[in-house]
Amino acid sequence: MEQSTFTTATTDGPTPAERFDQLIAAGEKIEPRDWMPEAYRRTMIRQIAQHAHSEVIGQQPEGNWITRAPSLRRKAILVAKVQDEAGHGLYLYSACETLGISRDELNELLHQGRQKYSSIFNYPTLSWADVGAIGWLVDGAAIANQVALTRTSYGPYARAMVRICKEESFHQRQGFEIMMTLARGSEAQRDMAQDALNRWWWPSLAMLGPPDEQSTHTEQSMQWGIKVETNDEIRQKFVDQTVPQAQFLGLTLPDPALAWNEERGHWDFGEIDWDAFWEVVRGNGPCNRERLAHKVKAWEDGAWVREAALAHAAKQDGRGLAATA
Amino acid sequence: MSTPAPLFTYLLRLGDDNLVLGQQLGALLSRMPELEADIAVANVCLDHLGQARNFLTYAAEVEGAGRDEDQLAMLRDERGFRNAVLMEQPNGDFARTMARQLFVDAYQVPLYEGLSRSTDDRLAGIAEKAAKEARYHLRHSGTWVVRLGDGTAESHCRMQAAIDALWPFTGDLFAADEVEASLVAEGVAVDPASIRPAFDATVGDVLAQAGLRLPEDPYQRIGGRQGLHTELLGHLLPEMQSLYRANPGVEW
Ligand SMILES: [Fe+2]
Ligand SMILES: [Fe+2]
Repeated sequence: MEQSTFTTATTDGPTPAERFDQLIAAGEKIEPRDWMPEAYRRTMIRQIAQHAHSEVIGQQPEGNWITRAPSLRRKAILVAKVQDEAGHGLYLYSACETLGISRDELNELLHQGRQKYSSIFNYPTLSWADVGAIGWLVDGAAIANQVALTRTSYGPYARAMVRICKEESFHQRQGFEIMMTLARGSEAQRDMAQDALNRWWWPSLAMLGPPDEQSTHTEQSMQWGIKVETNDEIRQKFVDQTVPQAQFLGLTLPDPALAWNEERGHWDFGEIDWDAFWEVVRGNGPCNRERLAHKVKAWEDGAWVREAALAHAAKQDGRGLAATA
Repeated sequence: MSTPAPLFTYLLRLGDDNLVLGQQLGALLSRMPELEADIAVANVCLDHLGQARNFLTYAAEVEGAGRDEDQLAMLRDERGFRNAVLMEQPNGDFARTMARQLFVDAYQVPLYEGLSRSTDDRLAGIAEKAAKEARYHLRHSGTWVVRLGDGTAESHCRMQAAIDALWPFTGDLFAADEVEASLVAEGVAVDPASIRPAFDATVGDVLAQAGLRLPEDPYQRIGGRQGLHTELLGHLLPEMQSLYRANPGVEW
């Protein structure tokens, strides 16, 4: 609010709005102290919050297998991964808070369904291979998106992405290693891996967002340097990188249209079922209700704990004052 | 059937304590009161799982029967588990989770500190690292028990109820038999009786700060060290072992 009053100030130098445009044009970062258009701020809040919520909700599908992990080593790796996702949520909420909104408000918006999280976490994890498929494909798709976002125009978000990308690469390698062990294992294990791939492939492509011609935010977001690559560009990169990995595993991607296109130098792939995608986004995926209910329940069950922590801190302050008085 | 070597049984007791507790804590991720608490519970869980793996791997080597940590974890039934019954008590609300953790930590700090001076170098090495972790866990659980005991009327009630509910399972931590006796004589194991005063002092100190008290009822439920568990373990193990058992002999 305060910043916007500066836009009318006329001095010899550039106005804050001009300076913002100059920074964007020069590919420099916008920092929290800089003036920014209200729409930029709102877009940035929406995007970072959605990303933070995705990390937090993303704990659930894989967390579903912690108690049943098939070896102690895999159990420990999975706990560490789910913990990393919670950590990513924390950095991202902090980045979002620099835009003048609190974590509690963001949490509330998620719980009310007014902010979204990634569609991908509304699918169930039905076998151990899903843990591998998520690491390989979902973290893989997330990396494709996030590597681009390390160059996004908002400084705190770009820096959070650098840190997060390192951990996501680790997750992807671990997921791929699970898939490789299964693919080279017993027949039951190979079937498990193929079944997981069949279920996660298309949602992983869709999670990168609607096609460019349908994407409402793309144009403005590109202008502002929030997005530096379009959804379709990122999706193509992800497909190109994943096809050889699937071949290496000896697993079949569930897409008969998949073919190398010599001319384009890319893999062609089939039509994504966008109606199914939008259904999930609208709240009608297989697990939307469970995921949100799980999150809300944890928050509500914890209310007395958070209240107690505040009450204790307040009493401690009171006791400290009494002691120094 | 020959009686297993005391060191093997002792390592199973140490390993199973951490395995069962780690298994329970793992179920709490994404269910905590705030994100920081999810991260903290994952840390504590990872430490206990790491300790479990160290003790069980060593146990398997001592046994020399070609088993590994996973076979020990996944193929024994409840009568074969040697954890103290405290570990298998349910997560319950956050107060119960923290009460269980306080009792475990107040026990493991002096236990591991003692074991870090064991005449068995391998055991001493594992314990030295574990002692650092246990001290950190104790700061965490102790802080929470004080906060909840002192916080609001509701948190005080819940925390006191948790202490009351879990205290009867603490005696099992100190229930020694001939397994410990022979190893203590060789300087390998810690005599549980010798760390009881440290445990009592730590618990007493935290509860005093929290405005909580121990229940007066002296009843204690023991038997875990001999595989005589509460009924809860028989629900926890099948979940943990299901996938491993459904696919015998494969790599994961
Ligand atoms: Fe993440
Ligand atoms: Fe990840």
